[in-house]
Amino acid sequence: MSYQAHFKVWRGDAEGGGLRDFTVEVNEGEVVLDIIHRLQATQAPDLAVRWNCKAGKCGSCSAEINGRPRLLCMTRMSVFEESETITVTPMRAFPVMRDLVTDVSFNYAKAREIPAFVPPAELGPGEYRMAQQDVERSQEFRKCIECFLCQDTCHVVRDFEENKAAFAGPRFLMRVAELDMHPLDAADEAGIDRKRTAQEEHGLGYCNITKCCTEVCPEGIRITDNALIPLKERAVDRKYDPLVWLGNKIRRRGQ
Amino acid sequence: MTQVERQAWDVVVVGAGGAGLRAAIAAREQGMRTAVICKSLFGKAHTVMAEGGIAASMGNVNEGDNWQVHFRDTMRGGKFLNHWRMAELHAREAPDRVWELETWGALFDRTADGRISQRNFGGHEYPRLAHVGDRTGLELIRTLQQKIVSLQQEDEREFGDHEARLKVFQECTVTRVLKEAGPAGGDGARVAGVFGYERESGRFFVIEAPSVVLATGGIGKSFKVTSNSWEYTGDGHALALLAGAPLINMEFVQFHPTGMVWPPSVKGILVTESVRGDGGVLRNSEGKRFMFDYIPEVFKDKYALTEEEGDRWYEDPDNNRRPPELLPRDEVARAINAEVKAGRGSPHGGVFLDVSTRMPAETIKRRLPSMHHQFKELADVDITAEPMEVGPTCHYVMGGVEVDPDTAAATGVPGLFAAGEVAGGMHGSNRLGGNSLSDLLVFGRRAGLYAARHAADVGADRPVVAAADAAAAEAEALRPFSAEEASAGPAGGPVENPYTLHQELQQAMNDLVGIIRRHEEMAEALHRLAGLRARARRAGVEGHRQFNPGWHLALDLRNMLLVSECVARAALERTESRGGHTRDDHPAMDRAWRTVNLQCRLATEEAQAAEPVGGAANGPVGVGDTGLAGGAASGAEPVAEPGLGGLVSDQSGQIALARKATPPIRPDLLQLFERDELVKYLTDEELSR
Ligand SMILES: Cc1cc2nc3c(=O)[nH]c(=O)nc-3n(C[C@H](O)[C@H](O)[C@H](O)COP(=O)(O)OP(=O)(O)OC[C@H]3O[C@@H](n4cnc5c(N)ncnc54)[C@H](O)[C@@H]3O)c2cc1C
Ligand code: SF4
Ligand code: SF4
Ligand code: FES
Repeated sequence: MSYQAHFKVWRGDAEGGGLRDFTVEVNEGEVVLDIIHRLQATQAPDLAVRWNCKAGKCGSCSAEINGRPRLLCMTRMSVFEESETITVTPMRAFPVMRDLVTDVSFNYAKAREIPAFVPPAELGPGEYRMAQQDVERSQEFRKCIECFLCQDTCHVVRDFEENKAAFAGPRFLMRVAELDMHPLDAADEAGIDRKRTAQEEHGLGYCNITKCCTEVCPEGIRITDNALIPLKERAVDRKYDPLVWLGNKIRRRGQ
Repeated sequence: MTQVERQAWDVVVVGAGGAGLRAAIAAREQGMRTAVICKSLFGKAHTVMAEGGIAASMGNVNEGDNWQVHFRDTMRGGKFLNHWRMAELHAREAPDRVWELETWGALFDRTADGRISQRNFGGHEYPRLAHVGDRTGLELIRTLQQKIVSLQQEDEREFGDHEARLKVFQECTVTRVLKEAGPAGGDGARVAGVFGYERESGRFFVIEAPSVVLATGGIGKSFKVTSNSWEYTGDGHALALLAGAPLINMEFVQFHPTGMVWPPSVKGILVTESVRGDGGVLRNSEGKRFMFDYIPEVFKDKYALTEEEGDRWYEDPDNNRRPPELLPRDEVARAINAEVKAGRGSPHGGVFLDVSTRMPAETIKRRLPSMHHQFKELADVDITAEPMEVGPTCHYVMGGVEVDPDTAAATGVPGLFAAGEVAGGMHGSNRLGGNSLSDLLVFGRRAGLYAARHAADVGADRPVVAAADAAAAEAEALRPFSAEEASAGPAGGPVENPYTLHQELQQAMNDLVGIIRRHEEMAEALHRLAGLRARARRAGVEGHRQFNPGWHLALDLRNMLLVSECVARAALERTESRGGHTRDDHPAMDRAWRTVNLQCRLATEEAQAAEPVGGAANGPVGVGDTGLAGGAASGAEPVAEPGLGGLVSDQSGQIALARKATPPIRPDLLQLFERDELVKYLTDEELSR
């Protein structure tokens, strides 16, 4: 049942580091995070790793396993051959702090750049009425656990550090889409044009719909198909047709 | 102390879960400069894991619901040990707190007429839990997080600085609440700030503030099988004790009936109660729905006695009684425990929880998406096709910092507040599902509000951190790096590995102060805790202070040991079974104990040296019964007057116990119950008042 596995784990900090070899016990049903914890408890007490829920709900334990962005707690050891060497490295798109822990402050900075939900002035607390089918689109995006694996994988920032300033990344473009599809968001009334800002301020144009983000999302959110492409379409409409904007506004009022 | 960074804020909130974030919003909305400190990244606090929902009597699904009914259910669930005023405020204010979330962008699941949908849950008379699939906690935390961001955006517009009035210090751990240099021993001295370290760099910091809100969550990491994460080391409980504030109700620990039992590495991870609320049933190895055999006397007229009636209830709740799978958690956990003990368990030592034969696969995937995902990914089980295996897991602590119900102020330490799981009293001896998330919002808001008012009242007369305290806090935090010294010292012994100590602690608590308790075992637990405490002084770590989990654990051990001792000591003292406290040797609930809260304080040196007080029956731990003279079991009123409780600390401990009378329930609230029901809980004296 249990066996000895070979691991290579990146150790180091901002100054530099490298892969370290470990041989470590693996038992039935374990996930990669269990093995990292076993290393901490037995061989490397100061090995740094983030985690919280151990059930794929908090998005803390993001790293790259054999080069692929994944949650450590949701990657079962049984998907690997017993003879395979398993390489665990920190997310590549963000600066390393120590070992498997990266500085993800980029994401928190981007989150602040997106104007918040604007409550409709005419409705008080308890008066909101929305149909299930109308909230479902935004609800899909609100499943996001902010693991930032999509941000890590998107080539726009993964390969081009300099794009970071102009590009919010799939997670936060999706946030714009979520607010834009919220049935009661009153951004228009507040003079906020979410579609235009997606294009002009958050770098929607950089996305060339490769769907890499969707592929790594542990929540199975269809980021590209359901958020980014519709947002692009809406942004294009908006750009060329000012009447669409007026029409949307009138329709919302009439709801 | 040259290397310690110092900053001054008006209100410091320790914790960024539902309670902490709601407190921070309230304090900031009062215009106070508010700092939030949390151990994980912003948005990752434990609240994110909550699944089932948030209880609020909005009456969207059944119009019969209102705050009085919610209050009643909460008191019943807590077996009337709840602080009635907290239960009242909670039931009254929960709907407003939920509706407010919608104005901040939350998207709950909807009813057909477009309102917030509400689901059934154990112990709640009507469908009451607002929810988003089974990821309600995520919605709650994200909404609060986004509200905080929106307040920061306001500040950016006004001051050009997002963090002008509200800042989150993430990945920082607070290790001490600091007070002003006070008169003798610091009694009554005001809060002056907090001391902590950045997890990333290991750098120390002091934040000075006249108000500190503790919102640190629970204690589950002291137990081996738990649904809780590494954050739950009882820090806030310990910080309060060390600052001189008492805890109450620490013997009440909720074991959730349904945790995963297989594979071993996920043992304890929660299986949400919504599985049962939506129709899932519990079966033993003989295929029997055994819960029908475990309906306790006090609930006999409220639960279905046949499977047919229970099944009809889902469609027609007005004319049928609910199935016993939805009894309060303590009842279900005990029943599962008993079935497994009787040899009718599942292959891996649990029982079966089945939805596959109760709902179409598509419905299961829609209503319980994350359970479907969790079992598929972690256990290779498809819950639409086969039953789950589940067993009890340590989930929630009812006990916590004793607070004033209206203001959330801790007892005896001006400027200290507590809200959320770290606060005690609201849930009595057992919490109903869904009542935590609402608790976080109701009392988080109150704590933030009154912390802000306190800070405003203090004004320019801000307390000053006693320099010696900050220096002592630093020395304490550095100790694990010089374990060799402790090891060579007078109380010497080998340097200890913090991971090993933690495992031994978890094992001891799980085995000896777990779901079913016995006098001898708890006495043994106290003995082991004393040994672990001595060894923990020699807990040593390698490496440096930068993101060093071994060091972090070594520091957390202090908190877990303190809190574990509170649990064990209070559990040993309470010679009855009630809610989350079940004694094999005192299996019945005793009305006389309803009027008693057990209060834990840090034992002062004098108290530690003193002989235990309380009369002949209060023999040393391990001999006889530590109950009061006469003993609660005989039906005698255990406490003559409030505050007259005896100290029952034993010399090897750090915690002194006292008995405090529970405040009498307001008459109009008592009138919400039938007398027939009240006689089951209240003493004759209370009934005749
Ligand atoms: C799996 C699971 C499912 C649940 N489902 C439900 C449900 O459906 N409904 C319900 O009502 N309840 C549910 N609960 C219970 C509920 O989630 C918790 O009781 C609640 O979230 C606690 O919130 P809190 O704000 O008190 O603390 P938390 O959300 O745990 O936040 C604690 C915060 O304090 C910080 N902290 C702790 N110690 C320190 C320190 N020393 N220094 C600095 N920061 C510190 C942490 O980093 C964290 O930010 C569930 C619990 C679990 C485990
Ligand atoms: S679809 Fe767009 S956002 Fe997603 S990975 Fe590709 S380029 Fe990046
Ligand atoms: S969208 Fe998916 S991959 Fe991206 S942060 Fe959210 S959960 Fe992670
Ligand atoms: S630890 Fe929470 S997602 Fe992995």
